[in-house]
Amino acid sequence: MMLVVAEQKEGRLNRASWEAIAAAQQLSAGSVPVAVAVLGSDVAAVAAELSAADVSGVWAVSHPQLASYTPDAFVAALAELVTALAPTHVCLPHTYQTRDFAPVLAARLDRALITDVTGLSRRDGVPVFTRPMFQGKLVAEVVAEGPAPHFVSFQIGAFRADSATRGSGAPVTARPASLQGATLRQTAEAPFQESKAAVDLSQAERIVAVGRGIKAQEHLALAQQLAAAFNAELAASRPICDNGWLPMERQIGSSGQTVAPKLYVAVGISGAIQHLVGMKGARTIVAINKDAEAPIFEVADYGIAGDLFEIAPALIAELGKA
Amino acid sequence: MKVAVCIKQVPTRGWQPRLNDDRSWVRDADISYEMNEPDAYALEEALRLKEKHGGEVVVVSAGPARVQQVIREALARGADRAIHAQDDALGRADAAAAAATVAEAVRSEQFDVVLTGLQSDDQGHAQFGPVLAERLGMPHSTIIMEVQVVDGALRVKRELEGGWFQYLAMPLPALLTIQSGINQLRYATLKGIMAAKKKELRVVTPNAPVASRQRVLSLSLPLKSKQTVMITGAPADAARELVRRLREEARVL
Repeated sequence: MMLVVAEQKEGRLNRASWEAIAAAQQLSAGSVPVAVAVLGSDVAAVAAELSAADVSGVWAVSHPQLASYTPDAFVAALAELVTALAPTHVCLPHTYQTRDFAPVLAARLDRALITDVTGLSRRDGVPVFTRPMFQGKLVAEVVAEGPAPHFVSFQIGAFRADSATRGSGAPVTARPASLQGATLRQTAEAPFQESKAAVDLSQAERIVAVGRGIKAQEHLALAQQLAAAFNAELAASRPICDNGWLPMERQIGSSGQTVAPKLYVAVGISGAIQHLVGMKGARTIVAINKDAEAPIFEVADYGIAGDLFEIAPALIAELGKA
Repeated sequence: MKVAVCIKQVPTRGWQPRLNDDRSWVRDADISYEMNEPDAYALEEALRLKEKHGGEVVVVSAGPARVQQVIREALARGADRAIHAQDDALGRADAAAAAATVAEAVRSEQFDVVLTGLQSDDQGHAQFGPVLAERLGMPHSTIIMEVQVVDGALRVKRELEGGWFQYLAMPLPALLTIQSGINQLRYATLKGIMAAKKKELRVVTPNAPVASRQRVLSLSLPLKSKQTVMITGAPADAARELVRRLREEARVL
């Protein structure tokens, strides 16, 4: 069997869990059953939701210590479950939470973990995983080494949640975690938001986003003028906000906002995957970058490989014409 | 407080990848290298911990002889000494193998805090830190944006997705993976560069190479998911053509 580890917070299922189910169904291709596990203190409702998937069963793994996520408790509970079920593969969504515990879990069981997988194929019957390397400049085909189970995390958005096949109601099994002998060393406080976003970029129709290519804070005025010319909101990739050149709430990407505007103009953004996940749903994407090989051009509808300090003023002038 | 910071040497950001003949790896000879960016933030955080709480900062790196470039740079920025787990095979090692190797190299040091970047800009497994924590028997947390030492324990701010954060507490010793942007980086001074030459750099040769848990069959340039219309010409002409297409084809203006 294969095991998918779904993710929930306070009874709300992370949508990427369905993407991991879709990926596992594709990986198994009907050869072995796919089961799902979800962890928490009370996960009956989430488990019921997951039982709509075409899977052999749902494990509702519960313990009071799993109420709010900590890596030690999750690793201990999942090590118990994976050892008991002995799956061929353990499939996870590549969320921040998975990134936190899955490497420790795989290391504790001394098994392979392949992260950030975007595609699946087979060679001589062996699963081959596609994943980005070198900041998305290259794509690697990778195989897991050593005994099963092999752990695989799937990049958010790489598999479609709505392509997960639904079934006729999978059986749900409640399974208390024992956490016996586990030392739980981290204590977590409640999650919080730094600042209530003053600007809701998810509602913007047009966004001009600026990245490292802008080089210096004093050049941001040019980006602001370009955004005004497009009648767009100004946003940025992470390094710009890290430098304090724009406030954090204008950051697009996995650690910032996810947007899907009608028009997204990426200026001087190379297109690291952490940025792409936040904007690749935009309807029309324009990329302006001096490096014609930059990954941003892979998702762009229109591209100009050139110097933004020449292109942006020309665009402002052009848009200014009636 | 005895702080270790694990850094990796990775290709420079502007590097254009070229593949070797069997497409199984990149052509090493073509690469110029730099310190992995998140590791630079981890180093800065380590230096700040030392400034606040005393002790020493030990920089640790695994890889071929070439990685001493970034080790020297870390020493120039203020780390006190260095440990280099040297083996040519570590140049391509995955996170599991690199972490197992580093764990053996530093086990006897009894560090209070181990810091590293949240992932590397080359292989990008995002596994080295947590696996090292497991190998050293330490608690850990990842993607950290603030580090406090309170009553001999750690209180850290962990980044969650979508602009959310969370504080976690854990006892020492512990391992943290640091997010880029946690602090403002300092750069090496001439004095620092001179001082670095006299600092201890201990080379450790791993007993037996640790096998990687995954094997790269092939590398390739990414396939485009979209047909990108590349607009060429002088800036004014390119701008005119882009705006025309956005108005008439895409109808987004």
